[in-house]
Amino acid sequence: MDTGFWQAFLAALALQAGYNSALVAVGAGLLGAAAGAGGTFLFLRKRALVSDAVAHATLPGIGIAFILMVMLGGEGRSLPGLLLGSAVSATVGLFLVEWIARRTRLPEDAAIGAVLSVFFGFGIVLLTVIQTMSSGRQAGLESFLLGSTAGMLYADAVTIAVGGALCVGVVLLLRRPMTIVSFDPDWAAASGVSVRGVDLAIMGLVMAVTVIGLKIVGLILVVALLIIPPVTARFWTERTERVVWIAGALGGAAGYLGAALSASAPDLPTGPLIVLVSFGLFMLSLLLAPVRGVAAALWRHRRFQHDVHRRQGLLALARREAIFDRLTLKVLRREGLIRPDGVETPDGAAQAAKVLRDEKRWDVARRVYRDETIAGRYDGLTSIEAVLTRDEIAELDRRLGPPVSVGPRIAGAVP
Amino acid sequence: MPSAEVRLAAEDGRAMRPAAPVDSPFAVQETTVSYGGKPVVFNVDFVAPPNSMVAIVGPNGAGKSSLLKAALGIVPSVSGRVTVFGEPLAKARRRIAYVPQRASVDWDFPTRVIDVVLMGMYRELGLLKLVRRAHREHATACLARVGMADFADRQIGQLSGGQQQRVFLARALAQGADLYLLDEPFAGVDAATEKAIIDVLKSLKAERKTVIAVHHDLATVADYFDHVLLVNVRKIADGPVATTFTGENLQATYGGRLATAHIDQLKLASA
Repeated sequence: MDTGFWQAFLAALALQAGYNSALVAVGAGLLGAAAGAGGTFLFLRKRALVSDAVAHATLPGIGIAFILMVMLGGEGRSLPGLLLGSAVSATVGLFLVEWIARRTRLPEDAAIGAVLSVFFGFGIVLLTVIQTMSSGRQAGLESFLLGSTAGMLYADAVTIAVGGALCVGVVLLLRRPMTIVSFDPDWAAASGVSVRGVDLAIMGLVMAVTVIGLKIVGLILVVALLIIPPVTARFWTERTERVVWIAGALGGAAGYLGAALSASAPDLPTGPLIVLVSFGLFMLSLLLAPVRGVAAALWRHRRFQHDVHRRQGLLALARREAIFDRLTLKVLRREGLIRPDGVETPDGAAQAAKVLRDEKRWDVARRVYRDETIAGRYDGLTSIEAVLTRDEIAELDRRLGPPVSVGPRIAGAVP
Repeated sequence: MPSAEVRLAAEDGRAMRPAAPVDSPFAVQETTVSYGGKPVVFNVDFVAPPNSMVAIVGPNGAGKSSLLKAALGIVPSVSGRVTVFGEPLAKARRRIAYVPQRASVDWDFPTRVIDVVLMGMYRELGLLKLVRRAHREHATACLARVGMADFADRQIGQLSGGQQQRVFLARALAQGADLYLLDEPFAGVDAATEKAIIDVLKSLKAERKTVIAVHHDLATVADYFDHVLLVNVRKIADGPVATTFTGENLQATYGGRLATAHIDQLKLASA
């Protein structure tokens, strides 16, 4: 990309790209942080899809609020009024999902699908009707579908900041009951924690984030802000509280960076860019995270495979068996245990003897101890010194007798 | 959580029996549980004697776990009353510790062993109190009782099945309850864990607590428990193991599902 873009991007990052861009960047950052933290328990409770139904259920509320406000002779586009309407219809949608799942034989995913599509369809019909109204032509209500930051006001940014702060506050206040209910709802209920109350709080958070996110990212994509940051954060930690913090930080960063990117070139949409930045962070984590990442898993597997082949190769050397497996030969060669022509090196001979002796020691140990906890620790890879003490090994050696010396062996050929 | 569809069973026209004895740690009266029309527990009355170790025994699908869950309000019951230490359930929750089945949670949840045990101290910590050293030490002591102190910082997904069960027991210990309700605590655990768990349960009895466990292994009932409740949807019998755990009662509980040869090998009460 040309230098003009990068200059614009850096300016936007430093909040120097104009008043509107700065407002949007700050608002999007706060929204992302609130969504990430608020979405964590939605993800841990395994109810991510409910948020999709809630988000789509906002649309009829927006339409009805507009029509009502116009009928009452007011300004139909008043943002607080539209958001109030969206919150009401989202609540109706949420309770419908709950009611269908609880009172009928339909599973929750079917309830989500039904509510999501019906509410969205109804909303689109309302929007089309509003288009035909005399005052509705320039209403721009369709901007709530994918978000629009062009006309963002200072008051809008303040609404997002206050709403986001409230969301983070609720997460901090209720983190313990939310963790308990997400991990073990049955035990929570038995211990007197109101599972239904906590679930409602989690859904209330989702609703709040959705409503304040309507302006920037729109109802179709706001789900991504709730789900992607916690999923990403999960790669980096094994502790619930840290998932909350990391998800908040990642969501905030994605919001800020996405808004800055969209301000750097004309006609780049803000909401979709925030989602793409969030996805980029997810991909990086998926690949690079320690322990849970793909690269770490691959490395662990290779390491394990290498250990297995090394051990099998050394045992084959010690038993004067031919080695045909290419990977085994490669591993032995690379570690200098055999020469390129397949003859074992002095180091290889010593290690092979040791491995064979350890196998014999284990045979004795199994007979001597007859104890699950010790015999169970034999996996062929852990060294015997890590399991038994020196005097225990000495006792095994006493029963085995002295080591027998043997001549050189050649791998890859039958002796 | 799958929701339970509950229909009302006719209970009209019958006077409620007098309240459960005040000294009983756990009493259920006329309890019926139903998932969609068919009762899985029907009209069960049971009064646990104080300071007892009770086994709830019955075939698969006999409603043992459902009885426990309904008594704790985890699943709704169609009818029935629960009295804990002479008080209604809602008032006595702080005196109860529940150990659910191991398979009921996702063990890939982002939490460590010590965090799970600290959940047991939720009532004390409340919403905002920070976890201090004293809390951590208490949680570690509970882990030590089940032989898991060295595992405090492990992620729970790294544990074996037996270790998971021990962590659940440690969480219950951290609650500091007087009544322990366990759902199949010995299901699928290794021999060492089974011994560790029964040692803890016996020490609880020695501390004058009451232990009630859903139990599936008929061979160990006489060794582990002193009281037994035999259920198969309805209550078949209850009383001290020494007089109630008879071949006749087991036949009545299991029907044809228990071979007579098997019954002969059990340590039974001399009826």
